[in-house]
Amino acid sequence: MSFISLLWVLLLGSLLGLELIGKVPPTLHTPLMSGANAISGITMLAALTLIVKAEGNVPLLIIGSVSLGFALFNVVGGFFVTDRMLAMFSRKPSNKK
Amino acid sequence: MNLPVIIKFVIDLLAVLLLALGIKGLSKVKSARDANRLAAFAMSLSVVGLLSYYLGTSGIAIQSWIWIIIGSILGSLFGAILAKKVPMTSMPETVALFNGCGGMSSLLVALGVAIFPISGGQENFDFFKSLINEVSISVSIFVGAITFTGSIVAMAKLQGWLSTPGWTQSKVRHFVNIVFAVASLIAFFDLINGNTSSIWLLVIVSSLLGIGVTLPIGGADMPVVISLLNSYSGIAAASAGFVVDSQLLIVAGAMVGAAGLILTQVMCKGMNRSLVSVLFGGSLSAESTASSGSGEYTNITSCSVEECALTLEAANKVIIVPGYGLAVAQAQHTLREVTKKLEQNGIEVVYAIHPVAGRMPGHMNVLLAEADVPYEQLKEMDVVNPDFPATDVVLVLGANDVVNPQAKNDSSSPLYGMPVLDVQEARTVFVIKRGMSAGYSGIKNDLFDLPNTSMVFGDAKKVLNDLIGELKDLGVGEK
Repeated sequence: MSFISLLWVLLLGSLLGLELIGKVPPTLHTPLMSGANAISGITMLAALTLIVKAEGNVPLLIIGSVSLGFALFNVVGGFFVTDRMLAMFSRKPSNKK
Repeated sequence: MNLPVIIKFVIDLLAVLLLALGIKGLSKVKSARDANRLAAFAMSLSVVGLLSYYLGTSGIAIQSWIWIIIGSILGSLFGAILAKKVPMTSMPETVALFNGCGGMSSLLVALGVAIFPISGGQENFDFFKSLINEVSISVSIFVGAITFTGSIVAMAKLQGWLSTPGWTQSKVRHFVNIVFAVASLIAFFDLINGNTSSIWLLVIVSSLLGIGVTLPIGGADMPVVISLLNSYSGIAAASAGFVVDSQLLIVAGAMVGAAGLILTQVMCKGMNRSLVSVLFGGSLSAESTASSGSGEYTNITSCSVEECALTLEAANKVIIVPGYGLAVAQAQHTLREVTKKLEQNGIEVVYAIHPVAGRMPGHMNVLLAEADVPYEQLKEMDVVNPDFPATDVVLVLGANDVVNPQAKNDSSSPLYGMPVLDVQEARTVFVIKRGMSAGYSGIKNDLFDLPNTSMVFGDAKKVLNDLIGELKDLGVGEK
């Protein structure tokens, strides 16, 4: 990919982000923040690339692995915690304990 | 194009589409939960796409697999455990912690690529390409480090592990941060000039900058900062995308970065603060107590829980205004019991939710939902404000600044212009509060002096428990 087309990708991605959450009810701000936060853990792909391309370079493998761990902590934790919050909204008042 | 390239292309495209649909769906209550799962699915899909691409082209060494598995298992495990265990009241600090780790991940990737340039890249050295590479590495490190240390400081302050040091409230902090910022710029240009060793300088000073910027910010402004840092972690991910040449990373990072900025903007509006004053103004209380120290209460009426119960029993319509104090006292479940009793007696109960009630926008909704409060009873400020004149009783629980009439009447007040709930329009207002201390803005609340306002002093949970007892004695809700 040329740098210029990557810049286009950046621009369009930003516009998409602005457009997507234009009107969000305040109720959903916290879950949305936490969900978007989980998505920012997409750097796990960069960490994976690093590990695959390390070619036996142990320090690089370790850096990649730690980076992957941090990213997945972000991703898995973020999605779980968002799900926990949203589960409360969908719960009907009738099926409480 | 060979097959693995095509497959990866298709999968990436699909992942971007699903992520976009996920973010979109997260903005509607009905679809939010499915949307969150869709986004999670898109993320796993992108991993499958990447791994299958490498399996189909260069192959993945056993050694790499081992490190992939170690990293993923440890990261996922800790993430899942924390997400399951953490109480709902600590949601802001949890988001901050996750966010910081995302920033750390981008930082490490850039660091790894900088110290050990990835082999198998372009053979013919291209100056332009290498410049872009160095710039994106520097940006990843800079933003990643600020995100990491800033988020950790934010978390520690919200948890009460860190207090605000005195010197950070003086002008000294601007000087210190400018030094850090200039030092990062120097390291940045030095790095682009090919001096690889200055990468460590960049790591250190940008980490310090993250600490220096976040440390002076008061607890009340912290959610805005977390939201902003959330936006930064998206930017860090996008710049890491430039480092490893991944469009998927750039798109996803840019989406999060943009979405985070909008959320930050919304929060600032709700608190009547500009982003600049949040970031550079220090805590509001430090300035306002000096300027508007005119606050002496002259006409406080305090009343007992029993009187409060009697008034509630006679009411037709009750509006509850919950605030962060309610969450701190963990009293949302007790509150739900009180309102259940009132409803059984045929009294209409509604919760008025200020946009920044709780610690983050929407945080209060989460806490009340946890206590089984039906979603339909939660009313937003604009919807509920016209209802106050027709309301018999308003119960203010642990909220303060968001019900201060000064914001409407007193143009000299620092709160002036902030959207507030017009509780004083109701016939009777009960404010349940520990004492006469000011809200986080440190400003006197004129509401407390009004003749139709009565203070019920005590811990929110204890008062509500007593209230349940009194209501029981009155036979409310015992049909």
